[in-house]
Amino acid sequence: MTTPRNLRIANGRLIDPANGIDETCDLYVTDGRIHAVGEPHAGFKPDLTINAEERIVCPGLVDLSARPREPGLEHKGTLRSESRAAAKGGITTFCCPPDTDPVIDTPAMAMLVRERTDGIGLARLLPLGALTQGLEGNRLSELAALQQAGCVALSNGEYPLANTRVERGVLEYASTLGMTVMLRPEDHHLRNNGCVHEGPIGSRLGLPGIPGAAETVAVARDLALAEYTGCRIHFRGLSTATSVPMLTQAHTQRLPVSADVAAHQLHLTEMDIEGFNSQCHVNPPLRSLLDRDTLRHGVSQGVIGAICSDHQPHEPDSKEAPFPSTQPGISALETLLPLTLKLVEERILTLSQAIARLTCGPADILGLPYGRLSIGSSADICIFDPEANWQLTARDLVSAGHNTPFLGWEFTGRVTHTLLEGRIVYDAG
Amino acid sequence: MHSANLQLNGEDKLKHFLTIDGLKREVLTRILDAAEPFTEESQRTVKKLPLLTGTVICNLFFDTSPRLQASFEVAAKRLSADVLNLDINIPATSGDETLLDTLRNLEAMHVDLFVVRHPDSGAAHFIARHVAPHVSVINAGDGHHAHPTQAMLDMFTIRRYKEEFVGLRVAIIGDVLHSGVARSQILALNTLGTSEVRVIGPPTLLPTDTRTLGVHVFHDLEEGIDDADVIILLRLQKERMNSALLPGGQEYFRLYGLTGERLQAAKQNVIILHPGPMNRGVELDSKVADGPRSVIPQQVSFGIAIRMAIMSMTIETQQVTGK
Repeated sequence: MTTPRNLRIANGRLIDPANGIDETCDLYVTDGRIHAVGEPHAGFKPDLTINAEERIVCPGLVDLSARPREPGLEHKGTLRSESRAAAKGGITTFCCPPDTDPVIDTPAMAMLVRERTDGIGLARLLPLGALTQGLEGNRLSELAALQQAGCVALSNGEYPLANTRVERGVLEYASTLGMTVMLRPEDHHLRNNGCVHEGPIGSRLGLPGIPGAAETVAVARDLALAEYTGCRIHFRGLSTATSVPMLTQAHTQRLPVSADVAAHQLHLTEMDIEGFNSQCHVNPPLRSLLDRDTLRHGVSQGVIGAICSDHQPHEPDSKEAPFPSTQPGISALETLLPLTLKLVEERILTLSQAIARLTCGPADILGLPYGRLSIGSSADICIFDPEANWQLTARDLVSAGHNTPFLGWEFTGRVTHTLLEGRIVYDAG
Repeated sequence: MHSANLQLNGEDKLKHFLTIDGLKREVLTRILDAAEPFTEESQRTVKKLPLLTGTVICNLFFDTSPRLQASFEVAAKRLSADVLNLDINIPATSGDETLLDTLRNLEAMHVDLFVVRHPDSGAAHFIARHVAPHVSVINAGDGHHAHPTQAMLDMFTIRRYKEEFVGLRVAIIGDVLHSGVARSQILALNTLGTSEVRVIGPPTLLPTDTRTLGVHVFHDLEEGIDDADVIILLRLQKERMNSALLPGGQEYFRLYGLTGERLQAAKQNVIILHPGPMNRGVELDSKVADGPRSVIPQQVSFGIAIRMAIMSMTIETQQVTGK
């Protein structure tokens, strides 16, 4: 990969919501850091100039949840294949949930995934430490050690804590370390063996349902415990309309609470599972049109501060079975930006809002220094052509997982360059 | 892909039979008409017909149901087909072999028709999408989704006794939530023009948004069967009793058990159907089960005729399109 010392990105429309910038100007990078915006310091001589005319130049995307599948499930994806997919999608930083095999519940595991990804050098992986040992929901992991090993937050992956006493314990303990706890708001018992939204489509197809109340109950419980313990919590992957006003209320009370939503939840609904389409088997399930629209509203209002990919690549066999026996998840790194730009097309978000929810929004949730083009910050940059029309085909995907319900969809806006610490890690050529 | 496209060939002929959903009234009527002559076969001394000589039918049951399997086997044998019975328990398949591998393996044995029963909703659709183009699939129950041959034999029974569906009030009692039979019955009854379809049961045994299935919902038995022409009872699985959904069989019988006394609310000439096996003293009492309004024994023999009709129709479609 090219590593120019001095780089000029010329004539692009620079959008940096964190710094309130939206104007056509040059961006200068030196030694992997943002050097200047507009005019360079005297004596700056670019080794390389990228012509970004009619392109948008924004911070590299920050994704709060993407599973590279390595270690443990390399038949679904590897750090190399998924780092490439991230770079192609304009994502420079992604958080890796702890449900790898072995689980990221020791400092050694946290360092292993980070170092391997750093060695590949195409994206920055930030590990999420396991809240409980083995994600079993019983005993605390060594949270302080995980923090020292580079875990930026804590999570129990897709296994919500069933025991409220344990939850109280982890929140109290994490709060003393100043760490954010990411929670999947889902009541274990109400979920039961469900695999789709409990609603008219699921009822007709006879598929076991997960009621919206499974999320409502968990959000209410988690908010009560956040208030009680003072711990900073983040809801990973909202799916229901009722969560949005609950979150607004929590913000009014100034509780340290944030939330994200997966990009597919803002486009698909329960109707997309029609015909037992296993590509639409996701967790939390695709819900009603009202849920989708309320989530969209929550994103536009900023109540939901981040849109994430919730990337879960699978080998074909995982989706080749009767619906309830298929594995949930979408290979989504490469559709995160296009799906978010669709919300701009549909006038749900302004372009600046859309970029904010993918950059400084998620970065601020975890207090990360990324997702912004401030002078001196890491030169993580995404350049995209906002007018490029294209159709998603399986051949386009560089992720090892081709499991996506968006094949055949038409998008406007495509990444042309991705830079990580000033290095070009993706160039559409 | 819409299920109707998957089941029908270009000329609206059945090549698979997976669900009632998406099938027009004409197709259902054709099935009922095709079954008529087969009911006479059982009365004759030589019961076999040479219609499917040389074809191989495989009963692929991932979920044991001996009586159902027997019904399909008898139907296939009366049509002179060769029958292969495979009982596959799920742990073995999910552990070693994928469903797709099992299917490929059996296809290599030149099976013409798979009769599939599987605990997952959508399993029959999945198999139909993956079999070789000349092979047919009949759904013998996929999870809580559909059980279309059972529904069609119920329609056949109703037509025998009531002739027309228009003007009928049909009440379905019991565990609709976990019943593919009920979902298929509701679709078939509505498609055939039944005036009113009702479901009766405790809310814990009815799906969310039950009304969207095209039925009127009742939680009180007498109110629900008021003036009914047809009552269909659903089987209550043992595992539903003494659970968070239901306190037990006795309480269920107290609220929803059909007794001679309660039956007074329905029409004089009401008929009572049950897909079997019955739980006497839970879904109904013995007086009703063995009484004059019950057509439960007739359902069993009509079941063979309906299955013969569907097997011969699907195989015929595939033989014509295959050539």
